Amino acid sequence: MSTGEKFAQMFIAIALFFVVVAVILLLTQRMRSRTGEVVQAAAFVLPAVALILLGLLYPAVTSIYQSLFDQTGSNFIGLDNYKTVFTDSEQLTVLRNTAAWVILVPLFSTAIGLIYAVLVDRSRFEKFARALIFLPMAISLVGASIIWKFVYDYKDSSQTQIGIANAVLKGLGLDTYKFILNDPWNTLFLIIVLIWVQTGFAMTILSASIKAIPDDIVEAARLDGVGGVKMFRYITIPSIRPALIVVLTTICITTLKAFDIVRTMTGGNFNTSVLSYQFYREYFISTNQGLATAIATVIFLLVMPIVVYNVRQMRKLEAR
Amino acid sequence: MRSRNTRRGLAVAAALATGLVLAGCASSDSGGGDAVSGTWPGDGKAECKGLEQLADFGDLSGKEISVYTSIVAPEDKPHIDSWKLFTTCTGATPKYEGSKEFETQLKVRVQAGNPPDIAYVPQPGLLQTLVGTGKVVEAPSQVSDNTDKWFGEDWKAYGSVDGKFYAAPLGANVKSFVWYSPKMFSDNGWDVPKTWDDMLALSDKIAATGIKPWCAGIESGEATGWPATDWLEDVLLRSAGPDVYDQWVSHDIPFNDPKVADALDEVGGILKNDKYVNGGIGDVSSIATTAFQDGGLPILDGKCAMHRQASFYAANWPEGTDVSENGDVFAFYLPTMSEEFGNPVLGGGEFVTAFSDRPEVQAFQTYLSTDVWANEKAKASPNGGWVSANKGLDINNLASPIDQLSGEILQDPNAVFRFDGSDQMPAEVGAGSFWKEMTNWITGESTKDALDNIESSWPS
Repeated sequence: MSTGEKFAQMFIAIALFFVVVAVILLLTQRMRSRTGEVVQAAAFVLPAVALILLGLLYPAVTSIYQSLFDQTGSNFIGLDNYKTVFTDSEQLTVLRNTAAWVILVPLFSTAIGLIYAVLVDRSRFEKFARALIFLPMAISLVGASIIWKFVYDYKDSSQTQIGIANAVLKGLGLDTYKFILNDPWNTLFLIIVLIWVQTGFAMTILSASIKAIPDDIVEAARLDGVGGVKMFRYITIPSIRPALIVVLTTICITTLKAFDIVRTMTGGNFNTSVLSYQFYREYFISTNQGLATAIATVIFLLVMPIVVYNVRQMRKLEAR
Repeated sequence: MRSRNTRRGLAVAAALATGLVLAGCASSDSGGGDAVSGTWPGDGKAECKGLEQLADFGDLSGKEISVYTSIVAPEDKPHIDSWKLFTTCTGATPKYEGSKEFETQLKVRVQAGNPPDIAYVPQPGLLQTLVGTGKVVEAPSQVSDNTDKWFGEDWKAYGSVDGKFYAAPLGANVKSFVWYSPKMFSDNGWDVPKTWDDMLALSDKIAATGIKPWCAGIESGEATGWPATDWLEDVLLRSAGPDVYDQWVSHDIPFNDPKVADALDEVGGILKNDKYVNGGIGDVSSIATTAFQDGGLPILDGKCAMHRQASFYAANWPEGTDVSENGDVFAFYLPTMSEEFGNPVLGGGEFVTAFSDRPEVQAFQTYLSTDVWANEKAKASPNGGWVSANKGLDINNLASPIDQLSGEILQDPNAVFRFDGSDQMPAEVGAGSFWKEMTNWITGESTKDALDNIESSWPS
């Protein structure tokens, strides 16, 4: 198809959109009664609902349905794929790694981000200090992974080092270490990359939240003789609790979807694979449709409660 | 006010819609079914000598052919330059389009009914998949004749599916190379080994001097492990011969056949031998995390003596490295284990796959399968990095010494060419478990476990 034809199709689509909206307006504008309002509202909401059903719900249901079938999607095998996910030794390693990611990344990013936000709050270099920790957010995960791959590069102690981590070890007179290879610690070294990226996000949201604590509360606390750690524990944390939870859960969801780091740094080798990468690998490389959709369903089930909780907290935050 | 606006909006929308529908109809053009007409523009021109076959397609002036490849800038320029002669002799113009996402995108375009006229397909496995869609057009008789004349039977077979010939070979690369430093060898009085046993004896000799003789790297992101699969394929070709190799690739014998296990143990004798590897980098397991691009570089520092890797590794040496027989680095042919199987050569290449039988497309296929084009392409690549298995290719037209050596190996009548096996196996194995298990094998898995795991992953 030529570019001209593509443009033509685009304009036709836009024109169609105008026509549809105009028709809806024309048909509903005469109704003034209470039922008329309901009809008007429905006329505008229903197309969106239909698109969500088509674009989200339908693929989700199809995926779940396909996860009950075998490799090629032709024979029904019940819950066998789920049995593989939870019993096969390779898949168990994947689950173990995923658990490590989901627990460690949100905890450390949020903790470091929070402490940093409190420490630089109202200091002289605040803007600079915040920019410094926020910068990694601007790097794509693939870019960050390539940078860290260089950081972790391994050469034997007797050779010239090009990875800064091993150069430091060598400088200290220690043996160089295979950061990428040595299982299970290699997963931790990959996790550090995501913490490095996500801390900036946590810091920004929490910092804004800290600034939003009303001055009278802080002053009242000061008058009562609260300071330092106690101020942090009894005033700051309770005041920003909703923001903390939103940050924790958002990073949690990001972590469950994180796949770029594993793909770029190890390609899932050396026991570092996680669910989101394993899904991709099973589907696109091993062409095992059944197992892949089963893994996708597991991710879906894991993300679901966090999303629900996240949305509720978000509403609370906005209601304040 | 409100209702007037609505009406005007409607009128505009309607006008737009009608106009665009009409425009949409006008731009659909006709394709295919053109009869051959006119005399070819190359008639009587001196530079078109040797391309008389193109006369069959008549005057193609003003016609265009879309060509889709995985080769992107700056390597696309020699290709485009090599087509000038075609335009001179036929009047038709090929349009080049390269993409790094070629393999995925080509499948998408074919499925969407929007294939290019010609695609350079780098894997026989992918060619089979494409032919399976029913969209690939058989090669015309001129191309078939040229392939018989200029390429070996083995090459023609890789461009055929189920006995039908579809795609003529284009470029080639030789994987059976060992990179070494000619300076380092002559300084130490080492000779280039001619047999496998010589090579192992030399390895022992080098190891005794305190230098680890071999270096390797198999890290390649998602494709980590592929250089190790090449090692196994090369050794199996030498230890068990091409016939066993073919049976193994097509799964007529199991993946974990004892002969394959023997070959892998032979590879292990080098790659998993702490006395031999990993020169300039570390121990055996460091092979798994060293990028394949970096695997041979310790040779330049004198910390490693030999690195088995394909001819295209020439591009990985730093700028200013003298790649020639008496220079900083060069390659020798990975020696044979016995006289029994001739000189097995493991390699790869691209195949010209057509999705249309319009005369200009067939003329272009014909042009690419001639010796004239092969020499044009060689002359259009002043920096080297290209070679073909075309027997009409004059070695002297190739720019770099390593290309000339590759060309000689490919044209050697004793050469038995075999295509990279992992490119022909089903994707689950060739791009999945084979890579993964070879990586595990390097980091400590036993030969038996690795081969058993790959065998069990072969789709039934």
